[in-house]
Amino acid sequence: MTEQTVSAMALTELPSKQSFFKPHRIVLMAIAAIFVFCVIWFMRWEWVPKYSGALAHGVGVTLLMLFATSILGFFLAVPIGLVQVTGPWPLKMLAKGFCTIIRGTPLLLQLWLLYYGLGSLFPQFPGIRSSFLWPYLREAWPYGVAALTLSFAAYEGEVMRGAFAGVPPGELEAARAYGMSPFTMFRRIWLPRAVYRALPTLNGETVLQLKSTPLVATITVIDAYAVISKVRQATYLTYEPLLLLALIYLCLTAILVVAFRYFESKIPSRGA
Amino acid sequence: MADAGSLINWSLLALEPPGWGGVLLAGLWNSIQIAIGGYGLGLILGTGGAMGKLYGGPVTKDLLEVYTTLVRAVPELVLILILYYAGTDVLSQISIAFGWGAVDISGLAAGIFVIGVVQGAYSTEVIRGAIKAVPAGQIEAARAYGMSPTQIMRRITLPAMLPHAIPGLSNLWLIATKDTALLAVVGFSELTLVTRQAAGSTKAYLLFFCAAGALYLMITLLSNVLIGFIERHYRRGMTRTA
Repeated sequence: MTEQTVSAMALTELPSKQSFFKPHRIVLMAIAAIFVFCVIWFMRWEWVPKYSGALAHGVGVTLLMLFATSILGFFLAVPIGLVQVTGPWPLKMLAKGFCTIIRGTPLLLQLWLLYYGLGSLFPQFPGIRSSFLWPYLREAWPYGVAALTLSFAAYEGEVMRGAFAGVPPGELEAARAYGMSPFTMFRRIWLPRAVYRALPTLNGETVLQLKSTPLVATITVIDAYAVISKVRQATYLTYEPLLLLALIYLCLTAILVVAFRYFESKIPSRGA
Repeated sequence: MADAGSLINWSLLALEPPGWGGVLLAGLWNSIQIAIGGYGLGLILGTGGAMGKLYGGPVTKDLLEVYTTLVRAVPELVLILILYYAGTDVLSQISIAFGWGAVDISGLAAGIFVIGVVQGAYSTEVIRGAIKAVPAGQIEAARAYGMSPTQIMRRITLPAMLPHAIPGLSNLWLIATKDTALLAVVGFSELTLVTRQAAGSTKAYLLFFCAAGALYLMITLLSNVLIGFIERHYRRGMTRTA
């Protein structure tokens, strides 16, 4: 996916504060305020205090899922991107095939394949049942983490491939001329330059990853979405819990965007 | 351990009723219909949205900004649930208000609506970016020739922005085909849900999920071939970049 598509699908910048108070905006905001007031006044919200603890825990699980899978996925994406640029052809084909398969099938299907498919296969092997991993493999979250990590790795691996390929060859030649070993060159020049090039898309990919996390609720991981589903079943309310959930995700996305803006402003860059 | 041949029961994929192949293909057909319908609706909404965002009045611009911001910040799964319930609710309320009695909205129409609204926000952004990439001089020249805004749109802006929009729009098509899987959560029997039902009733989870994965992959790969043709057609005469 190109950077253009990622930013079309994920919110990557917040509306600017400049000229926020134009006359028509004040009218629009007044209408919005009346609308919000009606929503609060006429809809039923008395369930919120009762479930606020569970909801906070669910948001924590969502954030944990997001950060764990993004970080793991990124570490997996670096070798996937690298072997597609310099690797021997079997590794290149393998990485390419992995990216094509993961990016060509829905995440929900991958999640169910891992959870129901592998989850039903593992108990048939006595070796796995007696291993130390078994208590974890009986839970749902490892499958969720695995599916989300693989998905992030495939999408970000494609970005890293472009980033590695885009580092000017002169810089690598200069490093070689200084007598750096291939590993030193990779550590000092190639990787930092590639990560720097990939940063703008990393913001969008992370927001997209946040938008994928509610899928883990379908395999019984209790994240924010699962808590809201439970509320809906318990209270027979259709809209109120979903609206609150949308608000929660909106806030999480906004926080992510602000955090990325902050970190990007910390990285020195020439010009801009 | 049994060997692989007897481990996989291929007859489960047979097209006739004891096998589930026919059910899977029907689910695939549903998915494709929704993807095409939703993508088409998204393109219409996206073109209108991009026009409104670039040339509309201040209120239109702000409302569209709210639309795209919300859709890009909230997970598709949540949006699909809200739109699915809200859409069917509003329609049946209208129909009751007009005295037509409760209507049964088909899952297909609801799915197309839901995917279309989500895709509309994405394609608004893609098309807006593509229109902004059209050199301003070309549009000024058209205006200087005395073309009306609709003529400029039809003759200059839309054809000139297409090469810029095609990479993004083709990605959105692939997203649309995969987003149909989310309708499984609202119980629409598209490919992913029927796969799960088939897998659940035969206990052959791996076989069915892999088969469905192969079907999705097939859509993606076929689409990629087609997109390659379209891209080459619309990029003719342009200098190669990237």
